Amino acid sequence: MNVLLVITAGFLCACGTYLLLGRQLSRIIIGIGLLGHGINVLLVLSGGDGGAPAFVGGDIDRFADPLPQALVLTAIVITFGVIAFLLALAYRSWQFTEDDEVEDDVEDRRIARASHEHAGEEHPS
Amino acid sequence: MSLLLAVPILLPLLGAALSVGLGRSRQAQRVIGVATLAVVTVTSVALLVRVDTEGIQSVQVGGWAAPVGITLVADGLAAIMLVVAVLMLLAVLVYAIGQPGAEDEHVGFHPVYLILASGVAAAFLTGDLFNLFVAFEVTLMASYVLITLGGRPAQVRSGMTYVVISLIASLLFLLALAFVYTATGTLNLADLNDKIAALPAGVRSGLAVLLIVVFGIKSAIFPLFFWLPDSYPTAPSPVTAVFAGLLTKVGVYALIRSQTLLFPPDTQPGDLLLVVAGLTMLVGVLGAITQNDVKRILSFHIVSQIGYMVMGLGLFTLVGLAGAVLYVIHHIVVKTTLFLVAGLIELRAGTSNLAKLSGVARLEPLLAILFLLPALSLAGIPPFSGFVAKLALVDAGIGAEAYAVVAVSLVVSLLTLYSMSKIWANAFWGAHEPGPAVPALSTPRRALMVWSTGGLVVLSLGIAVASGPLYDLSERAAADLIDPTAYVEAVLGR
Repeated sequence: MNVLLVITAGFLCACGTYLLLGRQLSRIIIGIGLLGHGINVLLVLSGGDGGAPAFVGGDIDRFADPLPQALVLTAIVITFGVIAFLLALAYRSWQFTEDDEVEDDVEDRRIARASHEHAGEEHPS
Repeated sequence: MSLLLAVPILLPLLGAALSVGLGRSRQAQRVIGVATLAVVTVTSVALLVRVDTEGIQSVQVGGWAAPVGITLVADGLAAIMLVVAVLMLLAVLVYAIGQPGAEDEHVGFHPVYLILASGVAAAFLTGDLFNLFVAFEVTLMASYVLITLGGRPAQVRSGMTYVVISLIASLLFLLALAFVYTATGTLNLADLNDKIAALPAGVRSGLAVLLIVVFGIKSAIFPLFFWLPDSYPTAPSPVTAVFAGLLTKVGVYALIRSQTLLFPPDTQPGDLLLVVAGLTMLVGVLGAITQNDVKRILSFHIVSQIGYMVMGLGLFTLVGLAGAVLYVIHHIVVKTTLFLVAGLIELRAGTSNLAKLSGVARLEPLLAILFLLPALSLAGIPPFSGFVAKLALVDAGIGAEAYAVVAVSLVVSLLTLYSMSKIWANAFWGAHEPGPAVPALSTPRRALMVWSTGGLVVLSLGIAVASGPLYDLSERAAADLIDPTAYVEAVLGR
């Protein structure tokens, strides 16, 4: 197995995970992209060592396994589509809030407020 | 025969394409949507009958032999879930045509809805892990669009959580696929059955847990459920209903399928699953109790009910799995119905907030009945379908001497009843106070909504009436799950 590619996959996944932990939507989207790439590299690696191109020439022993490459192609297309949708959604969100931060959920805010009120007085509303 | 397996996946896709083409005419789109799903319903019933009489059906797409080609396969569990799922999709589509808002305002509703149907069918019928991933993605893509249809601020905010969480789950799934392929060199489920058994125990457990996490996010089990109650309630009612009924159950199906087929009982993290099941039930129902919006209460109940299905899987006995299958059938119908009723309440009273609702039973006695029957069923009150399913699970739990999880499941049933009576007392009883003004709805449209909801209520009563034969059917499906030899033979042909 190619150590350089393993390190690349690990590095991409680490960067992606780090970006995912932020609160800015644009960072999350880039993070998802990097994570996706890292995992795709891993998926290519799952076919074993690289060899001669599949289906060309007759040397069966030196074939590269074509299946993971087909899988990766499908996975790339899917991730690409979803990220495009996410970007559209992020733009829509920016239109509403003029901001890139992920908002707290309404219910979370309600619960937080209720617990504050509860600490201050007898009856939470 | 191959047609029976291909129609539920291909026909909705063709319907979707046609529906895009005829986007100018909403009437044409409606006819295509309903007709497509009706044909698919007939096909999947025929498939179920065939599977039940002749054994597991499989087809190799493109004529490539099993481990290489794409396999479609239907066993008892897949066929049962397909029939129930398609029935729900059909009923909800009829409801959606009646409801103003989602369906008539957007050209995209019908095509996307049909693509969702195709994805769900593909997830049930696929015979290999990578196509399961693709089916998940097709379903999810459609669900992303449906959940944000209309693009209101609340939808965009909650849709964002949903999309990001689902996407991370998909990436983890892809990671699991890479590991499985590295370890075994195949992704065909039947082929994996003996190849995974040959792996060292540590690798097997690692893969099992990774897949549990992946499918756990999709099916919203205990530590991974947080996204669900935030995302579901903001979508239009028919969309929420179909998500609540189907999407998490696709995750449960994948969980049952992967755990029974890939990881034989000796490597089963069965105790882990039982603990997770207990916590899922408890946390879900406690969440439901604290809420005061009908849709949010129902959303938390989805989480709690998933626990029962995982409990059946965690017991890993014939009775347990049969109970889980029966529970899935009952739950899909009842949950979809409850969300449809919630939609009707919202439409009639202008809100689904319990603090603002009052006296709906005076305003609309029929709605009260439509709510009461599935609500009692959800809580597991005797003559209804929920009781039969819960009885099977409790029986299995006692048989496997897992008393703790049985106790939890009984307590959770009581708490479910409590939160259902909370909706009942706040929304239906009391004097009627005029709420926010609601636009009047023409009679034929309303009739569509009420009739489709009523049809589902009757269906859930039918499940209770036919619980004997249905339990036998579930038991036959569970027998195939416990002993996957027939499945492997049907796919690999040996």
